[in-house]
Amino acid sequence: MKLELVRVLDDDGNVVHAEREPQFAPAELRKIYETMLLVRLLDERLLRLQRQGRIGFYLTATGEEATHVGPTCALRGSDWIYSSYREIGAALYRGYPLRVLLCQLFGNAEDPVKGRQMPVHHSVRNLNFVSISSPVGTQIPQAVGTAMAARMTGRDDVALTYFGEGGSSTGAFHIGCNFAAVRKAPVIFVCRNNGWAISVPRSVQTAAPTFAQKAIAYGMPGILVDGNDALALAWVTREAVARARKGDGPTLIEARTYRRGPHSSSDDPSVYRDPAEPREWESHDPILRFRKYLANKGHWTDADETAFRGAFDRDYALALAEAEAVAPKPALGTLFDDVFAQRPWHLAEQAVELESHLRKWRAPDA
Amino acid sequence: MPTVSYREALNQAMAEEMEGDPNVFLMGEEVGYYNGAYKVSQGLLARFGEKRVIDTPIAEGGFVGVGIGAAMVGLRPIIELMTWNFSLVAADQIINNAAKIRQMSGGQFTLPVVFRGPGGSAHQLAAQHSQSTEAFWTHVPGLKVVMPSTPKDAKGLLKSCIRDNNPIVFIEGEVLYGDQGEIPEGEYTIPIGVGEIKRVGTDVTIIGWSKMAKVALETATLLAEQGISAEVVDPRTLRPLDEELIVSSVKKTGRCVILEEGWPYNGVGAEIAYRVARLCFDDLDHPVERLTGNDLPMPYNRKLEHHCVPDAERAAELVRKVLYLD
Ligand SMILES: Cc1ncc(C[n+]2csc(CCOP(=O)(O)OP(=O)(O)O)c2C)c(N)n1
Repeated sequence: MKLELVRVLDDDGNVVHAEREPQFAPAELRKIYETMLLVRLLDERLLRLQRQGRIGFYLTATGEEATHVGPTCALRGSDWIYSSYREIGAALYRGYPLRVLLCQLFGNAEDPVKGRQMPVHHSVRNLNFVSISSPVGTQIPQAVGTAMAARMTGRDDVALTYFGEGGSSTGAFHIGCNFAAVRKAPVIFVCRNNGWAISVPRSVQTAAPTFAQKAIAYGMPGILVDGNDALALAWVTREAVARARKGDGPTLIEARTYRRGPHSSSDDPSVYRDPAEPREWESHDPILRFRKYLANKGHWTDADETAFRGAFDRDYALALAEAEAVAPKPALGTLFDDVFAQRPWHLAEQAVELESHLRKWRAPDA
Repeated sequence: MPTVSYREALNQAMAEEMEGDPNVFLMGEEVGYYNGAYKVSQGLLARFGEKRVIDTPIAEGGFVGVGIGAAMVGLRPIIELMTWNFSLVAADQIINNAAKIRQMSGGQFTLPVVFRGPGGSAHQLAAQHSQSTEAFWTHVPGLKVVMPSTPKDAKGLLKSCIRDNNPIVFIEGEVLYGDQGEIPEGEYTIPIGVGEIKRVGTDVTIIGWSKMAKVALETATLLAEQGISAEVVDPRTLRPLDEELIVSSVKKTGRCVILEEGWPYNGVGAEIAYRVARLCFDDLDHPVERLTGNDLPMPYNRKLEHHCVPDAERAAELVRKVLYLD
């Protein structure tokens, strides 16, 4: 079976399907572009920060930025996002502050998750951006649960979940898709097919020619979309959201893109793939293409670009300086918080033991 | 005797057993072309080919079950889990199936399958990547649980496990892969269920396995400087446990401190403490003590994490307590 690859823009930013062009206001278009560029610029800086040993771990999304912003911009603020570890642009689009993001990477005293989680595992409750979980695929059925809860409580919010194509091999993916389709849960499944799951090519994850076609067996629409085309992503997500809000159930979207960088800061892709492959994908860059589109419409000039990059450099430098000035560790006593809703006696006891050990052997709060 | 790393020792064990028995094969995420997430399967694909070194989709619940199915009809799968943290997706296959199929089938099916991969905390990998899962598995009748601490033990035990006719949980120390150690020349195995005295002493028995056996040895070194002679017992297998070795050591020293990286509540150390308390009651000069990981999900922050992993300094403090020295 052959699915059409949905596109709005070609690689040069020309509109190839005008009937699908979402009619975004200029400010909205600029925000989409700026968020994608922000992800790109941040990734460069933060990977460097990791290489310098200032953060322990990092994970870039170079070349995949449109998959973060395209689907998210088609949502309302009250809709929920269940992302994997590679869609930080979704949180940034919703206004996740740079300084807070950096504090999370440092796991310092102002990290909103209190030094508990690995870098890039953000949790932004006030933006309806749910805590990121490391085990692949776990967020998928959870998004279904949140979507069902919206219906059960009479709200028309939807849940959107992101996962890599490797995540589609998990039991959680199957369960999530099947359940959502059976219950007509208002969920949008975004499979970010970036070609690689660490060192494993997509051909080891599925024998099917597309991931989108899996939807048919579950009884829901499956859409194949150019994952480097933010407008196409926005368009297909908007349609999926409209169906979901109406009560017509879930949609599976396969966003075809490519992981140009390493899996994470711990990975070296040169040992398992031809370096020509990522180079080839540079010509399909999602950000360049969008910039040309914006410029053609008269909404972005070279001066805008320079100004934005300059502002980013300043904002980043300031946020980094501030985040690095924060105490490097949350207070020791916080270790015992949040394990349960109330601290039980045995944890209170451990806190006391730790205190007395430290009093005996070192300066307090070492 | 040749010196090899813990990683190489495991690799040799698999290569030798695959060489010796065509029914042995290896399957898991990235075990083939990538040579394993921790390079334990280095060179095995090149040597044994795609039929016997199989890369899988990301589906622990799937390939653990596939391994069980292959074992039921006589193959001897080695199933690599990228880490034991992700085995939890496959808990139904391991606990409800692998552990029970022999018993439920009235002994008609045998499951010679080894589930192996790294466990324990490494460095700043936080709550979902730092767990010691041995307490989960040792709780289950039907599973053998093996946790070597040295290259020699790793190789000898893994070979025995591959030849064993029971489902085996083989937990490697994630921070031990680079450790170097001597191994015997040529073919050797170490029996499952047999512990080892890693250091002889007279004043106290310190029990630790995997990384904690190393911490126990460091503790003993610290204590020696203070004139205290500690005996270090590494059970190596947690189930079946070498109760005899532990009891004979504690009867000799009269004191017992257990180091466990995992959580305290219902931990493996709790089981050992119970056995020691019952079998060495008249010989003990102090109640058995445990030093464990903190009773909470592992934090990421380096300084917070540091307080959640047992170390030699705190272990020595506990030993001084059981010797009534502080
Ligand atoms: C259940 C589980 N198994 C294995 C892993 C180890 N792991 C981390 S990321 C990853 C690859 C994921 O690939 P994919 O889902 O395609 O997403 P991508 O990283 O390409 O964005 C694997 C195998 C894990 N985190 N969870």
